[in-house]
Amino acid sequence: MFYREAGDFKTSYRDDSQTFPIKLDRWGYYAILAVAFLVVPFVIDSYWANAVLVPFLIYAIAAIGLNILTGYAGQVSLGTGGFMAVGAYSVYKLMVAFPGVPIVVHIVLAGAITAVVGMLFGLPSLRIKGFYLAVATLAAQFFLIWFFNKVPWFYNYSASGQINAPERTILGWAVTGPATTASAKYLMCLSFAVVLAWVARNLTRGSVGRKWMAIRDMDIAAEIIGVNPLRAKLSAFAVSSFFVGIAGALLFAVYLGAAEASEAFGINKSFLVLFMVIIGGLGSIFGSFAGAAFLVLLPVFLKNVLVAQFGWPTDLAAHIELMIVGALIVFFLIVEPHGLARLWALTKEKLRLWPFPH
Amino acid sequence: MKLKLATIALGAMMAAAPAMADLVVPNLSYRTGPYGANGTQYADGFNDYFTLLNERDGGIGGEKVQTPECETAYNTEKGVECYEATKGSGALVYNPLSTGITYQLIPKVSADKIPLYTPGYGRTSAKNGKVFEWVFNAPANYWDGASVAVKYLLDQNGGSLEGKKIALVYHNSAYGKEPIRTLQELSKKHGFSLTELPVDPPGQEQKSQWLQIRREKPDYILMWGWGVMNQTAIQEAANIRFPMENFIGTYWSGSEVDVKPVGAGANGYKALTFHGVGMDYPIYEDMTKYVIEPGKASQGGQFVGSVLYSRGMYAAVVIAEAIRKAQELAGTPQINAAQLRDGFEALDITPERLAELGLPDFGPEIKMTCDNHGGSGMARLQQWDASTGKWTLITEFTEPDQEVLDPLIVEDSEAYAKEAGISPRC
Repeated sequence: MFYREAGDFKTSYRDDSQTFPIKLDRWGYYAILAVAFLVVPFVIDSYWANAVLVPFLIYAIAAIGLNILTGYAGQVSLGTGGFMAVGAYSVYKLMVAFPGVPIVVHIVLAGAITAVVGMLFGLPSLRIKGFYLAVATLAAQFFLIWFFNKVPWFYNYSASGQINAPERTILGWAVTGPATTASAKYLMCLSFAVVLAWVARNLTRGSVGRKWMAIRDMDIAAEIIGVNPLRAKLSAFAVSSFFVGIAGALLFAVYLGAAEASEAFGINKSFLVLFMVIIGGLGSIFGSFAGAAFLVLLPVFLKNVLVAQFGWPTDLAAHIELMIVGALIVFFLIVEPHGLARLWALTKEKLRLWPFPH
Repeated sequence: MKLKLATIALGAMMAAAPAMADLVVPNLSYRTGPYGANGTQYADGFNDYFTLLNERDGGIGGEKVQTPECETAYNTEKGVECYEATKGSGALVYNPLSTGITYQLIPKVSADKIPLYTPGYGRTSAKNGKVFEWVFNAPANYWDGASVAVKYLLDQNGGSLEGKKIALVYHNSAYGKEPIRTLQELSKKHGFSLTELPVDPPGQEQKSQWLQIRREKPDYILMWGWGVMNQTAIQEAANIRFPMENFIGTYWSGSEVDVKPVGAGANGYKALTFHGVGMDYPIYEDMTKYVIEPGKASQGGQFVGSVLYSRGMYAAVVIAEAIRKAQELAGTPQINAAQLRDGFEALDITPERLAELGLPDFGPEIKMTCDNHGGSGMARLQQWDASTGKWTLITEFTEPDQEVLDPLIVEDSEAYAKEAGISPRC
């Protein structure tokens, strides 16, 4: 009833295999995009941008990246924080070294550099799987952070080891640095998120994505039917790291403006993004957004409710908040181990048949 | 259409902004996480001093002071969120008690034109007011501390550290790395060798560093630690029977929470400080009468008189004095953030003024100017007596070696000015 499919005919394979096969869904998607691009930038203030939407979009990009690797290609990774640091430090070095080049180019290049580093650390995946691979990528996390702390060239020999993003503009609008407006920050991250989500969606339903999923489901069978495991696994690592690197670059340059390797990109970041993927749903682009929303927005929301509305002491609120988020994670995973994306898909199924379930 | 939407949005935002009635001084505190034990006491002192002013004097210049608290957990992302959440309420000044968050906020406060007060922490070269218009770090900074510690060691060794070995155990973060450059310069000047031993945050894991100390047998250890790292390091030092009087912590490694867990083993441990400790100050009579006894103290006043409580209170004292100065300059008690900046820049807390506030000889004289946002940089040393459970001040306020520090500050702040495109003022 809510999803009226009567009259929604599909007469070609193209129609049948589109991302949003139901008309109502499709229109909903266009409506959300229109609101996100045409309404939100005009009403956003710096609290909403800096505390809510910008981190949500950036973590969504990181979650898509990890989802490609873990959800679609089945390679467990705990190195996300380290790869985000690669993105952040490469964009910093590029911004400082080539001030004349547009910032978008730097961010994409930072993604490309991260892709190369990711492939390097992905090489062990050809020999090892599962938990063993998780440990190998964990080594990447610790190594990269140690490396950025150890080699002063990466932070331009500053006294404290912090990196600061200088101001860069797009068409005269500052997008990094302190003068950046809330809407510029938001639009920058939104554009990257939308383009990257679109790329990811199309990669994952094309032949590349099918190869990843074949490797994930049974690598020996995949090899027999002609999937080259070397290429499939390394391409998954490259694409995933590209996304994660861009998320790291945006986190540093657009969102925070200054960063420190061990604090901003520590092991906690890796876990956070992994939780987003697990909660959101493995192997789903929508799930990446849902997971990021769950883990970024919920703590902020709870904090606002507990401290601003109820007037609780901040430390008590912080502890209760951890407990609530933790309990909700456990609850969701018991109710639906496949994450929020699956929950949403089930809801849609039910709504399509409502009020006449079989 | 675009313009119309923007106007509507702006109108909505302005309507949503709360009425700016009182003086708002947000307290970006942390009471959770590996630094929570330390952050809690500081936040209490900060809150209680403003409560005292509100209860006793009806605020500052007749205006009540509000200290809305926001939990950062010493995490930069949460710090940014807290900054954004509180800035709309007409915040006058920020004191986040975290070097990482300070680095994050320096460009933001400069754009938003809100002062940032970072006593004893933050970016050292912010002392140069020519470049850092909105940042103040009086009375002392990390480099002052490093220099004062070395000066003390010079005194102990008859004026020469030639051939001595000093190890620096530091928090491997922006905070811990700050003194390295100064100590390297000082080691060149005084001929001691410096061993740098980073400890990854939060710092419970430092066995290998102490193995290295056992092997190299340094004459002195300096420590730049915070939170759980301090207790662990002092415990490790006690375990290897390192002579505690040769172990000197920075300002942030010298509180009760750091030494008490080690018990008698910590006896004789020294630390830097830029203010007095204990409760032998007349202000505590008022504090007891107006804040603690009526039950208005933060957390029931259980930490009153501790090192970090005193430090939080001292930060509040300086901010309150700056507000007073700003009110005087602006001719109105209702000041805004930009006026408070002028107040900070014209601040002059003389020893007489401190005595008037009930804190005689509590801190050094603080005199700030347009180009000096860091005051004199004077600090002193305190020593832990485990049997009485008290810190004792063992030196007078000592001036750091400005001959070494000034060029470093100019160099670092000019590098920042170039990076951020700031043209120096004054």
